[in-house]
Amino acid sequence: MVEEKTATTLVSADNLTCIREERILFDELSFHIQAGEIVQIEGPNGSGKTSLLRILAGLSRPYAGEARYKGEDINRCRDEYNDDLLYLGHLAGVKSELTAEENLNFNLRISGYDDFDSTAILNKVNLSGFEEALAGHLSAGQHRRTALARLWHTNCKVWLLDEPFTAIDKKGVEELEQLFLQHAQNGGCVIMTTHQDMSIIGDDILRKIRLDYRFI
Amino acid sequence: MNKGISFTQAFFTLLKRDLQIAIRHKGDIFNPLLFFILVVTLFPLGIGPEPQVLSRVAPGIIWVAALLASMLSLERLFKADFVDGSLEQMLLSPQPLSLMVLAKVLAHWILTGVPLILVAPLLAVLLHLDDNSYGALMATLALGTPVLSLLGAIGVALTVGLRKGGVLLSLLILPLYIPVLIFATSAIDAAGLNLPYSGHLAIIGAMLVGSLILAPFAIGASLRVSTN
Repeated sequence: MVEEKTATTLVSADNLTCIREERILFDELSFHIQAGEIVQIEGPNGSGKTSLLRILAGLSRPYAGEARYKGEDINRCRDEYNDDLLYLGHLAGVKSELTAEENLNFNLRISGYDDFDSTAILNKVNLSGFEEALAGHLSAGQHRRTALARLWHTNCKVWLLDEPFTAIDKKGVEELEQLFLQHAQNGGCVIMTTHQDMSIIGDDILRKIRLDYRFI
Repeated sequence: MNKGISFTQAFFTLLKRDLQIAIRHKGDIFNPLLFFILVVTLFPLGIGPEPQVLSRVAPGIIWVAALLASMLSLERLFKADFVDGSLEQMLLSPQPLSLMVLAKVLAHWILTGVPLILVAPLLAVLLHLDDNSYGALMATLALGTPVLSLLGAIGVALTVGLRKGGVLLSLLILPLYIPVLIFATSAIDAAGLNLPYSGHLAIIGAMLVGSLILAPFAIGASLRVSTN
């Protein structure tokens, strides 16, 4: 494995092996993701897409190998990495007892921002008029949008998104794709899993990492 | 887009959110409190109304009930956050994890510990607690219940990923609770006999300071293990 430490490599995987329930999901998986890339991790259900994202986020530990941020093991530069990382799991992290606006305010404040206009951000995800609605009373798509709203106010470079388009309507997906493109142009990278076809991000821009279902 | 939130602000943001959620979910506050009141009021009915007997067992009853009530309420400390994914967000946020778990434990103590301290003197009247012992009762509860919350949170953090962690949680935590129980009840007994009890209080205070400093790190590490 050649050490590649260019300044633009944001996230890299070095010989990652993941074993769940005594089944090897993937082994010796290596890749480098540069600034400006949009990466889709694809593969059938159970092939380890979510596990890979969780390992890259530092939530799970790989069986072997390491995930790196700018060439350094993420466990050794966790503070720096967390400061530059936006992870959205398939669980949205939205509290149903709080309103959409309170959820967004909390998420942004806990990420360290104090200069935002939550009404304007909620407007961008088509939730204006629902600021005061409890998240538990929102539809699945609106619930998801509440979680996604923080993408519109962040300066994190690394976005790890697990199924970001779930329950989002077509127009919403297009808006998200546009946001991803803009983020990539600004020097960030997006790593996501999705089964949906994208209309704006074409195959020429999108880089795919394929995981196959293995029976051993 | 500047990241201008200080640690104190992050701490109070999380504290405020947890209190807000609990206020909208009132059962969470009242269940442990109701349990505490019920257990204590049932004892005079069960063992008879003789004042001597009651005042002899009062410190033990109040403290055991407080301990069980605190344990009863522990499970939901991280469970809801674990189930809806907020815990992952907390683990990945740029704020220090130990600071955030401390905010969560403080919120938990305000919601379950403080009400217990407030009703305890009322229940002590029901149990004919010795007049001299009220000060000691309040002091031990004020110093002891935060220790229960902090130590309990370690157990909860370890078992949050398990589907049926309840029994395991009790087994893990009870041995850690016992020193607090022993020193608290003996302080109240000593006060009843007009003996000085500042030594007992000092030991409970030392446990509080120790767990305040060390528990947040243990809770943080346990959460990382549980979400793995």
